[in-house]
Formats: sequence, structure tokens, C-alpha cells
Amino acid sequence: MKAMNFLVTGVGGQGALLASGILADVGVRAGYDVKKSEVHGMAQRGGSVTSTVRWGKVVYSPLIGQGEADYLLALEKLEALRYVGMLRPGGTAVVGDMGIPPLSVSSGDDVYPNDEQVRRVLSQVTDDYHFIPSVHLAEDLGNARAHNVVLLGTLSTFVDDVPPEVWLQSIRERVPKRFVELNERAFHAGREARSSK
Amino acid sequence: MKALLSGNEAVARGAYESGVQVAAAYPGTPSTEILETLAQYDEVYSEWAPNEKVALDVAIGAAYAGSRSMAVMKHVGLNVAADAFFYASMTGLEAGLVMVSADDFFMHSSQNEQDNRRYAKFARVPCLEPSDGQEAKDLVGVALEVSEQFDSPVMLRLTTRISHSDTLVELGERQAEERAEVPEYRIDRIKYVMVPGNARRRHPVIEERIEKVKEFAETFPYNRVEMGDTSLGIVTDGVAYQYAREVFPEASFLKLGMTYPLPPKMIHDFASKVDRLIVIEELDPFIEEEIRLMGLAVEGKSIFPMIGEFNPQVVRESAIEAGLLPPSAAVEVKQPELETPLPLRPPILCPGCPHRGVFLMTKKLKMVVSGDIGCYTLAFLPPLSALHTCGCMGASIGQAHGVSKAGIAQKHAAVIGDSTFFHTGLPALLNVAYNKSDTVTIILDNRTTAMTGHQQHPGTGMTLKGEPTKAVEFEDVAQAFGIEQVHTVDPYDLKEVEGALRDCLEAEGPAVIVSRRECALLPEARKLWMALRVNEERCNGCGLCFEVGCPAIFKSDQLDAKTGRAKAWIDPLLCTGCEICAQVCARKAILFREEMLKEGESA
Repeated sequence: MKAMNFLVTGVGGQGALLASGILADVGVRAGYDVKKSEVHGMAQRGGSVTSTVRWGKVVYSPLIGQGEADYLLALEKLEALRYVGMLRPGGTAVVGDMGIPPLSVSSGDDVYPNDEQVRRVLSQVTDDYHFIPSVHLAEDLGNARAHNVVLLGTLSTFVDDVPPEVWLQSIRERVPKRFVELNERAFHAGREARSSK
Repeated sequence: MKALLSGNEAVARGAYESGVQVAAAYPGTPSTEILETLAQYDEVYSEWAPNEKVALDVAIGAAYAGSRSMAVMKHVGLNVAADAFFYASMTGLEAGLVMVSADDFFMHSSQNEQDNRRYAKFARVPCLEPSDGQEAKDLVGVALEVSEQFDSPVMLRLTTRISHSDTLVELGERQAEERAEVPEYRIDRIKYVMVPGNARRRHPVIEERIEKVKEFAETFPYNRVEMGDTSLGIVTDGVAYQYAREVFPEASFLKLGMTYPLPPKMIHDFASKVDRLIVIEELDPFIEEEIRLMGLAVEGKSIFPMIGEFNPQVVRESAIEAGLLPPSAAVEVKQPELETPLPLRPPILCPGCPHRGVFLMTKKLKMVVSGDIGCYTLAFLPPLSALHTCGCMGASIGQAHGVSKAGIAQKHAAVIGDSTFFHTGLPALLNVAYNKSDTVTIILDNRTTAMTGHQQHPGTGMTLKGEPTKAVEFEDVAQAFGIEQVHTVDPYDLKEVEGALRDCLEAEGPAVIVSRRECALLPEARKLWMALRVNEERCNGCGLCFEVGCPAIFKSDQLDAKTGRAKAWIDPLLCTGCEICAQVCARKAILFREEMLKEGESA
């Protein structure tokens, strides 16, 4: 089989690395060879973070090139646009509704793209993009920070050969005990949110 | 049992399993997590040393004493530790010593790119290179065996991509001999005292030693031939092997697990079986040059880049351009057209960062600032633009002393972090005192090694293992050096910072300002977080607070009726309540903590 490639993007402190950690673990549980690689710059938080996760029979490279991601999981809208070129044309993009303006936007020098622009840019690369109100869904469950697991829930609906229970096992092991129930519900909310565009 | 481990975790596990007894390091991306992971094993003594040279001396001492040991550093750390690296090669050791060098290609978090395989050849030290986590773990034990077999330190060379990639690793048990009693130190003055007479005897020994390792490399199991289509033969190492396998699934491979010294017979044999011989290696043409010295025709850097980090795309596109692959091998990419350029997201000083207070004041006083390595380097960015050099660890104070001796029209100072000061700032400050310059040294003491993710250091009062220890005070150090002007300030108090700066600049002789406030991300500091608020009636959009460069302050949608300028808005999720912006505001429009509390009470 050809390796299945995921690219997780977000901003430092958002939970992108927890999401990619779960994604890698799910691949191991499903019996794949797995490689995961993170790219994060100097900042403790506030900088761009990307993480590549690959599942396959045998996986060689821990990194992928442009056009090689089968799935893009973006926790932040601007980062979705920055990395959508990594997606295979026609690949699946799951994009959360969180927007974190960089300093140049808060100082008024740059403009943060609006949701319509985000959609137009995504649609140039794929029709299979899914804009998920991840923050709102997580807030409804009581904690906006679970937005990353909401998005994992949506992503899981596109990965046919791994049943939801495998994802949930991994989530249960990797989130703090007191947040297990919240994250289970966040995962299910994400699965149900798939249809909305 | 298999576990998904990062390369760094795998190296730590390898050290544990192969019976390492002493390990020392100074934190540095991408190597930091090795010692952090190793510290969790009680069977291994591990420590943060003040710098890489001390760390390597510690590991050498332990190996002289008959214990397996490990020193860990990033690539530039070996520049600091090079002296120790060379003498350890000359003396050899009583037990295995592995020197881990993690090279940061693309400079994800470094000031330069350098290929530390050069150091291995320079010092006649064998160099092993893993291509994934499993090899990273296994090669620690192999390195120790090679070290003991040939009486030489061994370099285990990692790269950022090996260190920071997770792969499946088979875990094993610790193999360490139980010691009945404390071993006697074996004295050998001829071997271990590198005075010229002894050193001249040792040099031929190490030249012969590396020839023997070369023989050993011919049958070293991690130098592996994988024959495929013989029209193309690829010699490769490290993670580049993985990219090459991905891009050339049909080709023949010679994968090198030991990149110094190379096995000449094996390479001649491989070359004779393939039509075209190429080398795929990151950064320098190290293997390529070695093969060329063997008199073989080989290509490498004429095809693949000498700068930055590889990935499958870099390898594939280079190969297509060189005609090694047909144009049809290209991956289809769709780069969308953007309506407006995407705002960049450079790393920034965090909300509540105590360094900000110091840089606002050096900027106000129009000072030239010699900088150093740490989070505070980011003060070079606008809007602060208040740091003007960054070279290597500990460079700031020596530079500022030089500036002072040369003489310039502006006021100037050195800034250096607490951990960086202990690393290599100490002798430079001693020089300032000894050679009497007016240098103002500002020690940015945020009570941690923040940049690499909050490690302990000699000023924190805590060891890597979490044990309490003596905390060195910077003020005591400065006074012991004979520096009379020593100020301690809270960087959240702008007036206090400015006052100390003015005092130091006016006075004669060297001065030290200790700017003490813990990193806003430390757990104790987080407990004090409290968001401030802008009083919209008082704010007229003058923009002074935007010049603070805090990511928690935004231009709001509300415009001031008179000036037409955007008023400020503070994001309550990001603000920590450091009050630096509140002190900068000329219209008292940003509420201080006390005002916020009063507001809360009356509400």
C-alpha cells in the first residue's frame, strides 16, 4: 500500500501536537508502521506548528513534500491557507474555525482573511474541504480547548478502515483523566459535524 | 514491546539499556529532550552542566573512572566542547564514551548550519549515524562497544529530523553489570597526561586506531548494501536514506551507519556493481569527498543542495532536474492563488515576557545593545528593534567590552540570559572587571532556561533530577569579580529599569543590572495571570501601547472620534497582567491590576 499522509497545522499552544500524537498512536493501534515529525520554530508559543503523520505498511520518510498530504487537519484558519499547498489536489481538508491573528494583524499592518476568502482559497486545491465550527462545538460541550479532538472526530469519518473505537482508545489514554469524558463527546461531535461545509 | 519514540527518546532509552552510568549535557535544540528523558531513569546519573565543554569533561572523567558515559549537545555545542573532544580522542578512555551531536539543518533554532561529521574526521573519532529511532537506540550501545573496542570516544551524530521524528522502537532491558564494590581508579600517567612528550607518543596511536576502525567498518552491520536496479547506485546516510528510498524505490543502496571512517573495499565493490554512483547526504559533501579521494567517479552536490534540510520533495526535484528521474516523476502540486498575501507568524516575545520591560527602556535611551542567545534575541524584531547583535552563546559581554574599548557615540550595553550567563558569560564578565571597561551588563534573569523549554541551571536552585541545590546569585558573582555597581530591578517596573540604566550609564567603571522576574510561562507565574482591560473612553488610539510589541494588544474596530485612529483592545485570553503597557500609556487608559480588582469589587 501507499502510505497515508496527514498534515496537522496550527499555532503553538493550540493542541496541534496532542492531535498529531493521537493520530500517530491511532495508526500504531491499527497495525500500521507509523512515522511522525514535527516542525516548530523558536517560539514557546505563538508560532506556526506543523506535524506530519504517516501510516503505511512500511514508511520511509518522516516528512512529505508539497502535494503529498492526503489529509490536511488545520486547527487554525490562517495556517490552513499557509499549508493547503501541501495537500494532494482533491485531498481532504478538515479546517477548524479558530482564528488567531498574528502580531502584524493585531498591529493593523496586515489583514486576516475572512471566512469567505478562506473557503475560496481552499476550494482551489480541493472540493473535499470541511469547515468545522470546532471551537463552537467544543464550547457547547463546556471547554473550547477540546476543539482539536472535535476536528479529529471529523477526520476519523474519512479514514474508513479504522473504527471510531480505536480513536477513542487513543484519546482516552492521551488526555488528562478529568477531561476524558469531555473529549469523548468532542470526538463524537466532530464525527456528526462532517456534513456541514 | 514496541513504542513510538522520538529519536531523542530513543537515544535516552539506548543509553539506559546499554548501561550508561553518567550523562551530562547543556540544553540545546534539537538535543534537549535526550537528557530530560534520561533523567527519568534512576539507574543513570544525569545532569545539566553549565556548558557543553563542562558536560563533555564530566563524561570523559566518568569514562576515565571506568563507567560508560554520554555527553549530549547540539552542533554548535561541540564548538564549545571541541577542546575536550580532541584531547579525549588523544587519550582514549577506560570505558565507553559516546558524544551525541544533534545537528540543526535549516537552522530551525540555531545561528548557523554546520556538519559535525567534519569534527569526527578532524579528531579521528568514529562517527555513527542513525536513520530512524530504532537505529538511534541501537547505535548508542554499538557506539559504546566501538568506543571500548578501539579505545576512542565515538560520535553519535543526529539531525533535527532524527531527533524530532517519532518512529516505532523495540524496547529492551538494561544491560549493566552489578558492581560489587566501588572500582579503583586506574592510574596511567603516560596515557592520560597530555604533555607534549606523552602527546607525541599518542598521536601515532590514534592514527593507527582509525585505520583499524576503517577495517572494522568493512563488516560493520550498520553499513548495509541493498541491491536493486544496478543502473543507479546511491550511497547515503542518516535520514537522507529514508528520503532516497522513498524517491528511488528501485535503485541500489549503500546505507552507511558509520560515516567516518568509510569502508573503502565495500565502497569500491558497490561502485563496481552499479552504472552510476551518486551520494545523497545533507549539508556538506562529506561522503562524496571521501569517495572521490578513493579515486572513484561519484556525483553528489552537483545534483543535491548543500544548504538546508532535505525532504522527499527536495530530493525528487533535484533528481528530476539532473535527469535521474523523468519529469513525469514530479508530484502534482496546486498552489492556490491568494487574494492578499498571508500574514507571517514569526516567533515573538510572549505576552507578559519580562524581557520586554528592559528592551523598552534601552530603546527609550537609544542604546546599542549587544545581544546573546535566548528568547530575548527576539527583541531584534519590530516594533522593539532593540537588540543589535546575536552571534553565539556568551558573546554579548565580550562584544560590549570591545565596543566600549573602541568607543562609540551612543550609549550601549550587553544583554544576556541567566542560563547563557553561566554558560560562557562568566569569563567575559570577569574580563570586563579585569580590563576595566564601562560596560553595562544586563542579566535577564527569568529563573529558567526558557528558550529550550524551561530547564534548570546553576541559578535556579534545582538540578535536572529535581533535587534542591545551591542557587548562585548573579549579584554575588559580580561583586566577587570586583564590580561595584550592581543593581537589581524588576523588569515589570519600567521606572526602576530606566533609573538603574541611567545610573549605570552615568557612572564610571563596569556595571551589572540583574533584571529579575520569572518567565511568564512558568507555573508559579501562571498563577498570577490576570487580564487587564482598556478603558475605551480614555483611549484615543495614540498607538503607544502597540509599540510595546505585545501579542495580547490589538487595534480594535473602534475609532477615536477626534483622531480617527483605532483604539486599543486587550485579549483577555492572552493578557497576563504584567502592566508594562499600562505604564507606557500616557492617558492611563489601560487599567492596572489594582484598578481591575477594585472594578471587580464594585461590580
